Amino acid sequence: MSAPGRGLAPGGGGAGEPGRDLAVPRHGIPRPAWLSSSASGNVGAVLERGLAVVRNQNWMVLASGFFEPVFYLLAMGVGMGSLVGTVTGPGGQPVEYAAYIAPALLATSAMNGAIYDSTWNVFFKLRFAKLYQAMLQTSLGPLDVALGEILMALFRGFLYALGFLGVIAALGLVTSWWSLLMVPAAVLIALGFAALGMGVTSYLTSFQQMDLINFALLPMFLFSATLYPIAVYPEWIQWVIMAMPLWHGVELMRQLSVGHLDALSGVHALYFVGMTLVGLVLTTLRLRALFLR
Amino acid sequence: MPAVITARGLRKTYGNFTAVDGIDLEVEAGESFGLLGPNGAGKSTTMRMIGGTLDRDGGELAVLGLDPGTQGPQVRAHLGVVPQQDNLDEELRVRENIVMYGRYFGLSRDYLRDKSAELLAFAQLEAKAKDKVSALSGGMKRRLTIARGLVNEPRILLLDEPTTGLDPQARHILWDRLFRLKEAGTTLVVTTHFMDEAEQLCDRLIVVDHGRIMAQGSPASLIREHSTREVLELRFGSARNASVVAQLEGVGERQEVLPDRILVYAHDGEAALEQVTSRGLHPVTSLVRRASLEDVFLRLTGRSLVD
Repeated sequence: MSAPGRGLAPGGGGAGEPGRDLAVPRHGIPRPAWLSSSASGNVGAVLERGLAVVRNQNWMVLASGFFEPVFYLLAMGVGMGSLVGTVTGPGGQPVEYAAYIAPALLATSAMNGAIYDSTWNVFFKLRFAKLYQAMLQTSLGPLDVALGEILMALFRGFLYALGFLGVIAALGLVTSWWSLLMVPAAVLIALGFAALGMGVTSYLTSFQQMDLINFALLPMFLFSATLYPIAVYPEWIQWVIMAMPLWHGVELMRQLSVGHLDALSGVHALYFVGMTLVGLVLTTLRLRALFLR
Repeated sequence: MPAVITARGLRKTYGNFTAVDGIDLEVEAGESFGLLGPNGAGKSTTMRMIGGTLDRDGGELAVLGLDPGTQGPQVRAHLGVVPQQDNLDEELRVRENIVMYGRYFGLSRDYLRDKSAELLAFAQLEAKAKDKVSALSGGMKRRLTIARGLVNEPRILLLDEPTTGLDPQARHILWDRLFRLKEAGTTLVVTTHFMDEAEQLCDRLIVVDHGRIMAQGSPASLIREHSTREVLELRFGSARNASVVAQLEGVGERQEVLPDRILVYAHDGEAALEQVTSRGLHPVTSLVRRASLEDVFLRLTGRSLVD
């Protein structure tokens, strides 16, 4: 048996430069120092690792995230919906109660998936599995890792949205072709939450602090006009709800589900664009604090 | 030989605590360089700054001519890193660990198919290729971590406490593997608090304590400089050691009293032992041995390395 010396490298391109297909140094493209110290541009490898893990994993792990909103839909929408009957949907048209809450559940599941991946998952990999420590020993930079993990969260959000849309379509709860846009909308919502979630995680150091995330999410789910219209609240509470991201997700989804779009739809979408930008800036600023300590 | 790592006045502080307090070092291509010192001396911190996974607070540092603080990805493309605690990917299988790690370097799947087979053979883990990482023993995990660190054919391999926590047999297997790497021309940088490991692996080393360099040189030259050729270890029982030492005046070059034994530094240990018995002193046990880096450390710091 021999040591893996350079000369023995099959397919290797001589000393020090084994067969790189995604060449790390990109000659000729000047990059600012902060970027070259935090990124190699090889985000794909981080994504590839995430997909390999999903492939290895028990499919139940992935499926559980899909079934959660389905169970809510069956219990609240179909079960409680039989007591409620029809309610007033976007644009004043009457809709079945299940059709009223289904888009809200889709928005919530996009949020939950993204938050789970970008906060708890990141926290665990950072503190316990030491995964990022291992990644950052390679030519990956912290920005590559952060973007890869955010993309992974989006992929999960995309799968859940696609599955859930299939379910509500099968139950006859969508009435418009516009509802196909609920899938990219779910990805946008997931992007906003994932970007911000990772930025927030950079400040958290203990499980107690991580619990604060759940403490913020549950009331947001319950009170963001998910299960009943926002009109039931006094006006000042309505303003508080409308400042929260989930309400915008819920409203956007609800409008898409029946194909009733107006200027507010654009505002809702822009809210998530803004949230994503804030999240990405925060995450980038905190990258070195997050990974290189 | 050109230097592949150069540090001048390297510093790292955590609040009021200075972990690394002005370290200067130069590592030449192809040599095996050691950082020896007790736990908490600043060895790992120094290693992580070299590897670009920790920002330094002061001083200059060049690895392969680049600054790891601002060109981390480019520097790390040529480094292999074996951290103190294995950070293998438990969600991937044994072989996947090597392949995916190579993907992080941007290496092609074709290259990695052959390379991973070669490295699994090097780590003697061919039979475990498809096993879960959690099913490996401590020694196997360590070898896998080293194999993984070699996937990019690094010019420098950084090993932080490579054999801590391994049983003697696993340690010897690992030393053998590392020795082969050294023979193949890889520059090794090793931190350790084991004397025997430093003597086995290192051409040259620095002795570090409280974030500073206490001494440097080859193991042999350090021993020559800071110790005698041989050491006579005498045990009179823990209650008597301190009182007996007064009667050993003039035996050997000097004596060192430890809680459990007296060390007599002498060029000829056997002759020193004869002197001791001729004075009517009869130790419970006595042992003559070659001086080691342990003695160097004791001389330099007044403390044992392993508490």
